Amino acid sequence: MGAIASSVPSGGVALDLKNVRRVFDDLVVIESLDLRVEAGEFLAILGPSGCGKSTLLRMIARLAEPDAGRITFHPDTERFQTAFVFQDAHLLPWRTVLDNAALPLELMGIEREQRYRRAHASLRQVSLSEAEGRYPAQLSGGMKMRVSLARALVTAPRLLLLDEPFAALDEITRFRLDNQLRELWRQRAMTVVFVTHSISEAAFLANRAIVLSRRGGRIKLDRRLELPSERTDDLRANPRLGREMKILLDAMEEE
Amino acid sequence: MHALKPLTGVRGSEQSRGRKGPLLAAIPALVPFVVITSALELAVRGGLVRAYLVPAPSSVFRAMVESRGELMRAMLTTSASALLGFFLSTVAGIGIAVFLSSSRAIQRAFYPYAVFFQTVPLIAIAPLLVIWFGYGTRTVVASAFVVSIFPVIANTLTGILSTDPALRDLFRLYGASTLVTLFKLRFPAALPQILTGLRVASGLAVIGAIVGEFIGGQGLGSVVDIARTQQRVDKVFAAVLLASVLGLALFGLINLISYVTLRRWHASEQA
Repeated sequence: MGAIASSVPSGGVALDLKNVRRVFDDLVVIESLDLRVEAGEFLAILGPSGCGKSTLLRMIARLAEPDAGRITFHPDTERFQTAFVFQDAHLLPWRTVLDNAALPLELMGIEREQRYRRAHASLRQVSLSEAEGRYPAQLSGGMKMRVSLARALVTAPRLLLLDEPFAALDEITRFRLDNQLRELWRQRAMTVVFVTHSISEAAFLANRAIVLSRRGGRIKLDRRLELPSERTDDLRANPRLGREMKILLDAMEEE
Repeated sequence: MHALKPLTGVRGSEQSRGRKGPLLAAIPALVPFVVITSALELAVRGGLVRAYLVPAPSSVFRAMVESRGELMRAMLTTSASALLGFFLSTVAGIGIAVFLSSSRAIQRAFYPYAVFFQTVPLIAIAPLLVIWFGYGTRTVVASAFVVSIFPVIANTLTGILSTDPALRDLFRLYGASTLVTLFKLRFPAALPQILTGLRVASGLAVIGAIVGEFIGGQGLGSVVDIARTQQRVDKVFAAVLLASVLGLALFGLINLISYVTLRRWHASEQA
């Protein structure tokens, strides 16, 4: 693991899941999961719907407690250093784009001038400066998602968690956001854990992918993707990407 | 709309279209009014309808002009009571909804009573209100309050409870307190529903005030009651009409508040 870990930025947090178990009523969603994520890693978690990948992400975000087992962080992070991007943008519709992007800082009690300065910067990073005064109802789906991304990045998180964030978007928009996300990860030293059911998205974005089983949240495959660190649209036509996708697909299909 | 630079995928240009002047827009609603009043006038004059049962619109108008001083004073009195009752049910209704929303157990314990309370007929408890509050304004306000509070509770509670769970997670993630979450997330998110509750409550508050006045004296309710005993059907109609105008005015006020607060972000005000 060390060789790969040193080739990626290392300002993120590392996390360690030990015997993590999660049960809903009678259903064992995750039986006993062990997973170590290095600082600065870009990890994709793949699996069919209902396999517990969103549950896993919520536990990593400390929005849900494991029923057994432990999740530890290195260094031990404060709550605010984690950011979460949901499947849909989930903006506050009564707030402007700027006030949406500044929300996390507002909740953390950061003073006004500083939180707007950082929100401006964050929106600039997702090329939305010109839309700062708009309301979410006036934005396209892709723009909303970019605001959501800006909101997540505004706290300079060391751990970024994404739950199928671009699933509802059209493919072109999705490709553009993929590129943008990958670029943001390269610029900012953070750990990214990305849940998806899209094999192509997982292969294109991540440095490492794990495939979960349909039942019990067992890791069927844990693979470091053999792809160049620079990911542009050219990579989409690269046969190496196709090979990685085939490996992930085989793992998903085997039961 | 505001002057904004065109961006890709922007709605909004369609919003400026199809907005006629407010006077022009009122014409369709005026047509039935003119037709029905004229028909009624003709029916009464032609002897098809007995004037002591249904007065001609013209005599209602005459009664309104003749008793304008009395009717105006009565309307002001009723307005004050209805508004006060409505205000109290807004404040108490939202407060109770917040309390009920605080836990599922509290909801299970108290919400059935709120529903039960709603089914008690006002006419039946109005005499009780007189016993408790005496003749006069207090009984009238209490009556307006009692009938208008339930829709505020029910709608506010629904609004608060249907806050997007993802957004609640987001607020938790950044360590927002319950109070901050209430004011920055739950209230604004529930605002469209709260306003729906207030619209219903505004009409009910006027009805409650009139019923209260039947028994507690004063205002338009009392005018209706006295005119009835005097066989002055025209005056009854005049007072009823003014009570409706009052209800409409209150309804209009809520709509205005709704437009001002929601137009930028909620679909209901963006048609």
